Amino acid sequence: MSTMTHTSPAPRPVADIGTMLRRNLRHAQRYPGLSLGALGMPVIMILLFGLVFGDTFAAGLGGADTSFDYIDFLTPGILLMSIASGTMSPAVAVCTDMTEGIVARFKTMAVFRPAFLTGHVLGNVILTIVSLVLVIGFAVLIGFRPNASLGDWLLAAGLLIAVTVALTWFAIALGLTSKTPEGASNIVLPISLLLPFLSNTFIPLESMPSGIRWFAEYQPFTPIIDTLRHLLLGTPMDSGDGWLAIAWCAAIAVVGYFWSQKNYNKGTVA
Amino acid sequence: MTPAIVATGVRKSFGETLVLDGVDITVDEGTIFALLGPNGAGKTTIVRILTTLLGADAGELRVAGHDLRANPDGVRHAIGVTGQFSALDDLLTGEENLQLMADLNHLGRAAGAERVAELLERFDLVDAAQRPASTYSGGMKRRLDLAMTLVGSPRIIFLDEPSTGLDPRSRHNIWQLIRQLVADGVTILLTTQYLEEADQLADRIAVLDHGKLVAQGTPEQLKRLVPGGHVQLRFTSPEEFALAGQVLPAAVPNHESLVLQVPNDGSVHSLRDLLARIDDSSLEVSELTVHTPDLDDVFFAVTGQPTQREEVTTK
Repeated sequence: MSTMTHTSPAPRPVADIGTMLRRNLRHAQRYPGLSLGALGMPVIMILLFGLVFGDTFAAGLGGADTSFDYIDFLTPGILLMSIASGTMSPAVAVCTDMTEGIVARFKTMAVFRPAFLTGHVLGNVILTIVSLVLVIGFAVLIGFRPNASLGDWLLAAGLLIAVTVALTWFAIALGLTSKTPEGASNIVLPISLLLPFLSNTFIPLESMPSGIRWFAEYQPFTPIIDTLRHLLLGTPMDSGDGWLAIAWCAAIAVVGYFWSQKNYNKGTVA
Repeated sequence: MTPAIVATGVRKSFGETLVLDGVDITVDEGTIFALLGPNGAGKTTIVRILTTLLGADAGELRVAGHDLRANPDGVRHAIGVTGQFSALDDLLTGEENLQLMADLNHLGRAAGAERVAELLERFDLVDAAQRPASTYSGGMKRRLDLAMTLVGSPRIIFLDEPSTGLDPRSRHNIWQLIRQLVADGVTILLTTQYLEEADQLADRIAVLDHGKLVAQGTPEQLKRLVPGGHVQLRFTSPEEFALAGQVLPAAVPNHESLVLQVPNDGSVHSLRDLLARIDDSSLEVSELTVHTPDLDDVFFAVTGQPTQREEVTTK
């Protein structure tokens, strides 16, 4: 019989990733609760810290220096925080999918294997870009005044997207280690909440207690935020911070990618 | 002709628990093969191995002519799987679920739309096509699940307990669909807990118990192993009971309950014979029940013990 002997068609990675992405976007569009939460949270953060706490923070941090603008200082950190808090929904979504039979179905089909998770990552990148645009828009409304050139903006956008891709892969790998969606949302908390707070998002390193300061100085968010501030506001940064930021993104992305593929294929014939 | 499925010496353990202990299966193209066994016998594990979801510890496995280990994607191109638990996207509509399968099978826009419409029609899901799958009844979900399996026109289909949990009408619908598939030349391996289902559908049946095949053959061969088919006659008076014992010497009497068990395969022909003999002797029978062999009888016949669902074999 001819169907038994002919060679299998070549895999179609781009088509399969596109299909998985469309599936995730349709979920987000039809059940907007999770996505609206992910979009709204960073906007609330920028308004809360910018408007409500802003003056107090500025007085405390800037001291006599009247040129210190807290909104300018805050916005790059909040951008990163938006990315971090946004990683929770793909981690939960992947874990939820894994508990349903549909993933078993995908695995018995001749689908490009990494397409399923890649579709989740791309879906989250798109959602995060929307969230970042919203945050920048609200920040400008309440006084954020970047002085970046077009080139700086492009570099900043590239860095933000690289961070999103890296953190999303890592969050998905974490989410896949959990058997329940509730567990998945807890297990990503360290990267979605803790790392942004224990960095120079809200206050400069110099104003932190020494133990936390040591941690904040060497964790990935700090050089990334410094690089963003430098690109958007022209603030000085340590030489090498830019490369350090890129190296962190690459390392997190590579670990996250391979770890999540491993978790996804666990026990099955890849 | 190459068989559609060849599995030899398949073994699988989960930790210390031995689930499959050297299973051999051959399924010819265009036939229905039923794996019959109670819960925990290892049926689902075999299906998961044959559909590339799970690696076997040992054994030769060829599906659609492809070695399962060397070319899993070749196998995946040829097979369709409907698992025991629904494999739908609950958040998508019925139509979107089918479209998702069309896209993943790279059918192309026009051919995909045509296939989706055809399957909605065939599986009686046209009216529900625009509703999310989460709102479907059990029977509808099973139909959509099977329809999704068929989008890529697989040559070999695996059905893990296709009718478990369905009402009788939905069960007969599914059976009807399975028969149509085989008429189109598809090969089917299904698992079931019900002898009746295997009997109704399968060309060959293999009985699985504690990870081993304990019997294999056509439904006829298998049922011949089962002595369980009988008619039960209940009497009210001891005199009638004694008289019936003389008229029907092959019957096994139970003197306390005044019940006679008459060996009978339950066919219309043999029932008519039995009724004629009862009539001829003017026996007053208060109750007549036909007992057809079920999985328990088959089990008793081939293993010498009734099905034990809770027991687990360990190495």
